Amino acid sequence: MHLKKIGLTAALLTAALSTTAVAEQQVLNVYNWSDYIDPAAVKQFEAETGIKVNYDVYDSNEVLEAKLMSGGSGYDVVVPTGSFLERQVKAGIYAEIDRSKLSNYSNLDSVLIEKISRHDAGNKHNVPYAWGTIGLGYNEAMVKARLGDMPVDTLDLLFKPEVAAKLADCGIGLLDSPAEVMSIALNYLGLDPNSEKKADLKKASALISAARQNYKYFHSGKYISDLANGEICVALGYNGDVLQAQSRAEEAGQGHKIGYAIPKEGTLVWFDLMAIPSDAPHPDAAHQFINYVLKAETGAGIANYVYYAVANKAAEPLLNKDVIGNPGIYPSDEVKANLFTQNAHTAKFDRKLTRAWTNIKTGR
Amino acid sequence: MSISTGSAWVDGSSALMKRYNIFRSINWGKAAVVAVPGLWLAIFFFIPFLVVFKISLSETAIAVPPYTSLLEWDLEEAYVTFKMNLGNYLYLIEDAFYLDAYLSSIKIAGVSTFFALIVAFPIAYLIARSEGSTRGLLLALVILPFWTSFLLRVYAWMGFLKKNGIVNEFLLSTGLIDQPLTMLQTDFAVYIGIVYTYLPFMVLPLYSALEKMDVTLLEAAEDLGCPPVKGFFLITLPQVIPGIIAGCMLVFIPAVGEFVIPALLGGSDTLMIGRVLWDEFFLNRDWPMASAVAIVMLVVLVLPIMLIRNGQGKSEEAI
Repeated sequence: MHLKKIGLTAALLTAALSTTAVAEQQVLNVYNWSDYIDPAAVKQFEAETGIKVNYDVYDSNEVLEAKLMSGGSGYDVVVPTGSFLERQVKAGIYAEIDRSKLSNYSNLDSVLIEKISRHDAGNKHNVPYAWGTIGLGYNEAMVKARLGDMPVDTLDLLFKPEVAAKLADCGIGLLDSPAEVMSIALNYLGLDPNSEKKADLKKASALISAARQNYKYFHSGKYISDLANGEICVALGYNGDVLQAQSRAEEAGQGHKIGYAIPKEGTLVWFDLMAIPSDAPHPDAAHQFINYVLKAETGAGIANYVYYAVANKAAEPLLNKDVIGNPGIYPSDEVKANLFTQNAHTAKFDRKLTRAWTNIKTGR
Repeated sequence: MSISTGSAWVDGSSALMKRYNIFRSINWGKAAVVAVPGLWLAIFFFIPFLVVFKISLSETAIAVPPYTSLLEWDLEEAYVTFKMNLGNYLYLIEDAFYLDAYLSSIKIAGVSTFFALIVAFPIAYLIARSEGSTRGLLLALVILPFWTSFLLRVYAWMGFLKKNGIVNEFLLSTGLIDQPLTMLQTDFAVYIGIVYTYLPFMVLPLYSALEKMDVTLLEAAEDLGCPPVKGFFLITLPQVIPGIIAGCMLVFIPAVGEFVIPALLGGSDTLMIGRVLWDEFFLNRDWPMASAVAIVMLVVLVLPIMLIRNGQGKSEEAI
């Protein structure tokens, strides 16, 4: 592994230094979420094309954005979430995708493509990678002991103070992601989840604040291991993360069974989208990589490995049963109808939102 | 740390000014020795500081980089406009939230520094008074934790403090408590984290001050009938005050801007300026505002500390 890395770095260095070299080693710099691809897929791409892939990872959209916004990131393919891409397109940091180079584009799910175009008119700058929902991860036994037979597929668990109070002693964790959680709260109240109205923000803040004392923490990563070892019993989190907690709990064998429920009130659906920065040094290789990901076999391999849904319709017959048959990954059409996307906000609203969020968290 | 270096930079430059008059008698070797740290400070402290200051005077923009330029060139008309935006600083003053965040950080850092001093003093005292070989071993033990990543050590504390963690398991098994205590995600955990992490920075200056102290003074006092407690306050303490000040600064300054420890150990209600800065930068994407917060933090810290140093210098001169 390490030796290979050194070899790769050496290859990169030689490529960078030998400007006069005739047959230059082709390189591709990919920047993707951590644990978000089947490593075999990258190896096979290298074998098929002879392009060396330099694969870096990040764990938050904010980190990716900060890197891209400083300019000269040197990456060829990045994978931001829809609402982030929406704003980044406005800042002009992405090149247009050349569809003539993507022979596998027709493999994509046209319904999803349509939804995604809300972020990027005509999908000129993106190709979908994977998608998922934000929902409730819960410890089956601990929640049953406190709530009895009450159904768990409801946000009442978080937002009804009298219900949340019953769960407070075993621990509730919320994502520390103001835009996403606030839009879910707005939707729960029957308001427009993308509303930028002051009054709506106030109502949603009041809703979360009222149950605030029952929450153990706001954090976007800690809940994975905490769910798995029983440190908390309910989390509002990303579906793939909760499923990861589920398998970790099984491995640990402490008897914790973790479930994932999409709330019946509806929740947020997010899309992670591949894009090519306008200053990408290897746009051709980037198109080749994206086209490779769009292959049915590659898409299925990734979904089977990372437990997230891919927007690849052609890949669906090739998916494992525990992926395609898992309503937490591939929800029914009925559930899908209740999902909403979150748009990019104006800078002014972002500021109000961050302040409201800090006030909720600090109990001010 | 940047603070003491900052004033050293000022001292160094004024010393150079004086020397300018006697240019010929410059000791070039000495000048080169001074120039190396001077250059270091210029490249890694002063220039970055100016860059951050410059960004704090601009406005956000949807562009790369996401802020406006202070200078606008108009080549056809051949003029340059210089636009400075003080709005970020005004906003900092107008909005009580930032003051709260600064005060809360200063409080957390202050309390932690106090406890670090209380814990570190006996340790430093013991090391300074122990025999040669033991002393070396004890000093090595103080420095040893640095061999492990700081992040890992803070994570280790999560294992200690969590609900089914080591401390709770122990207390439950001894029967001292019958319900696990909530320690993680509280201010208490933040204090523990900061005191633990920065303890060596307190122990080492205290040790060096205590080690230099003339022990025969204590013996003389005792011979003259001074009780040990009184001797400690009259003789030991005044002599180690420079060590105490140095140690407190080394703990207090980084603790004020601490981000990782409150993020991992603190609760959601732990308000610290480091977190506010993060939010400004990443959530609001307001680089100019984030820069203004950082600049004010530096000024808030630098001024009182320069005053202390100044006072300290004068009192030393008086002696």
